[in-house]
Amino acid sequence: MNKKQKKMLIRIIIAFILSIMLKLITKLVDFNTITAGNYIIFVLYLIPYFVIGYDILKKALKGIKNRQVFDENFLMAVATIGALSIALIEKSTEYTEAVAVMLFYQIGELFQSYAVGKSRKNISELMDIRPDYANIEQNGNIERVDPDKVEIGSIILVKPGEKIPIDGVIDEGKSSLDTSALTGESVPRGVNTGDEVTSGCINLEGILKIRTSKEFCESTVSKILDLVENASSRKSKSENFISRFAKIYTPAVCYSALALAVIPPIVRIAFMNLPPLWGEWIYRALTFLVISCPCALVISIPLSFFAGIGGAGNAGVLIKGSNYLEELAKTKYVVFDKTGTVTEGVFEVDGVHHNVLEKKELLEYTALAESFSTHPISRSIIMAYGKKVNQKRVKNVQEISGCGIIAKVDKKEVAVGNAKLMKKLGLNYSECHNVGTVVHVAINGEYHGHIVISDKIKPSSKEAIRKLKSIGIKQTIMLTGDKKEVADAVADELEISEVYSELLPEDKVEKLEEILKKKNKGDVLAFVGDGINDAPVLTRADVGIAMGAMGSDAAIEAADIVLMDDNPLKLSKAIRISKKCMRIVYENIYFAIGIKSACLILGMFGIANMWIAIFADVGVMVIAVINAIRTLFVKNL
Amino acid sequence: MKKVYKIDVDCANCANKMEEAANKTNGVKNAVVNFMTLKMSVEFEDGADVDSVMKDVITNCKIVEDDCEIYL
Repeated sequence: MNKKQKKMLIRIIIAFILSIMLKLITKLVDFNTITAGNYIIFVLYLIPYFVIGYDILKKALKGIKNRQVFDENFLMAVATIGALSIALIEKSTEYTEAVAVMLFYQIGELFQSYAVGKSRKNISELMDIRPDYANIEQNGNIERVDPDKVEIGSIILVKPGEKIPIDGVIDEGKSSLDTSALTGESVPRGVNTGDEVTSGCINLEGILKIRTSKEFCESTVSKILDLVENASSRKSKSENFISRFAKIYTPAVCYSALALAVIPPIVRIAFMNLPPLWGEWIYRALTFLVISCPCALVISIPLSFFAGIGGAGNAGVLIKGSNYLEELAKTKYVVFDKTGTVTEGVFEVDGVHHNVLEKKELLEYTALAESFSTHPISRSIIMAYGKKVNQKRVKNVQEISGCGIIAKVDKKEVAVGNAKLMKKLGLNYSECHNVGTVVHVAINGEYHGHIVISDKIKPSSKEAIRKLKSIGIKQTIMLTGDKKEVADAVADELEISEVYSELLPEDKVEKLEEILKKKNKGDVLAFVGDGINDAPVLTRADVGIAMGAMGSDAAIEAADIVLMDDNPLKLSKAIRISKKCMRIVYENIYFAIGIKSACLILGMFGIANMWIAIFADVGVMVIAVINAIRTLFVKNL
Repeated sequence: MKKVYKIDVDCANCANKMEEAANKTNGVKNAVVNFMTLKMSVEFEDGADVDSVMKDVITNCKIVEDDCEIYL
């Protein structure tokens, strides 16, 4: 608890004890027999009333000055002063209610502020990946410096138990890394000299010397923190609904309170020849004012989203705003990219089918032509080549989107790509009977053979898709630039219902638009990709989900939701988290509005007294807040 | 231009009111208050003087909720 909260707690305790004592005294002594006894007890009750409510009264006065009539303080002040006045006029010595309203209102506020503070802290601890310093070796001494000041290419030292502050490559040492803060994955990852490491991971064993490859502000950890910190500025429809509702609700209840205080008594005198019972009706109106506080709703909805986003973050699912969480819960269509999403995206050269040149030479030319490309296929060819690529031998590289690459290698024109490229160049090529991605190679306009590359399906993909179906996803669709045979084989294996293959990057957007048009209104389409050349599709989909943020900046930027590791099972987890969160949001909305309306109706007929009104205000808020906090727990989803 | 400010306010409804007040301030294109992270992000209109606009934002927020703070 902070200072403000402690002070409030003390005030609550004092006021509580004083009220109990007064209650006992009034039980023991009959003040009506003493002259001016009613006034004495009234003044005595004012002590706990002011102890607990002085700040509210002060704020209410300021509110009146600033013409903020419908603020909570004003409502509470009017309700309690009203209740005190009625008791004083009717000589009932029943002043406890007014004090209780203030007391419980303050308890509610304290609870709310404590709960919100607590979950704020919890969530920031969950996302506690910010490194405070980096160790740099200078003249044999190890110095701690601000990670912001470390230049690219510096060597930093990470001791066991420390966080890696900046992305880089291990220069020396081996260890295992705890990546759980980033991915939610509890199994440590073994790393060795030469491996790339991501900031935010915790070094578990040996000392690592890391050559930084990025600046701190460009490192994964900074990007993630930035994303998390700016997350909930995008508000969901439910949040907007609640703030609109609160804006109407409070004035509406206040005006009905006014009507309730005035109209029935007048009707009674004028038309029914009955006594007006002013006190009774004003009392009922005052209960309205107590119920009119929108706190329960206004706090519990954003709190649910905040906790939901926090819990998801802890599970390795970063959500950029509560609106996306809300949309994700409504997902009925999931569109996948193939490479890197349901498959490993790590290609291996399966075979080199050559006709003119030697196998090795063919691979060499291909590797050289592809040496400037970062595409996974190119990388696998370079890997298979195995030797260092001398990029000076390569000139005039043209990338032909969706087809391949044409480059000058040693003054020979090398064209490397798929069948489309060969057709474009008007070359005869031979089909390959192996299933896999085929890279055809032509040198100086002559067909030289092809290289077959295959990609493995991720071990968890099948289960991931089955799980998606079991949580109510209507359709799973796969888009890929790959060949029809490969795509069909993958889709078959994974039981994906629709496949569109041989698509250029721009075709993917078009296909997605088509699917978007076909689907029912209200159904949400999520696209899952690895962020490599599918950024436009990520942006176009209702919800863009990028996979494997450890390493890909493009993914973090283009997507609405980022799965930190590239396990497709996280997808169903993310959807389940969003569904749980939305269920709790709706529970709170219905519960709070339901109880409040019920109490308003009971209050109107004089069945609900001030105590029930207090429950409708504070009790509902406490229950809604506790319910909202449940969204934080996502471990077992 | 967009800037994010740290704020301090006690209740969620007050945060909503601050948001409304900030949005009504001249020179503010769009303002979003996030009660959970206690942050206010303000998008300014082109050519607006950030310092003077923020001063107005504070004044307007203080009117609707006396007990609030915006840290510039």
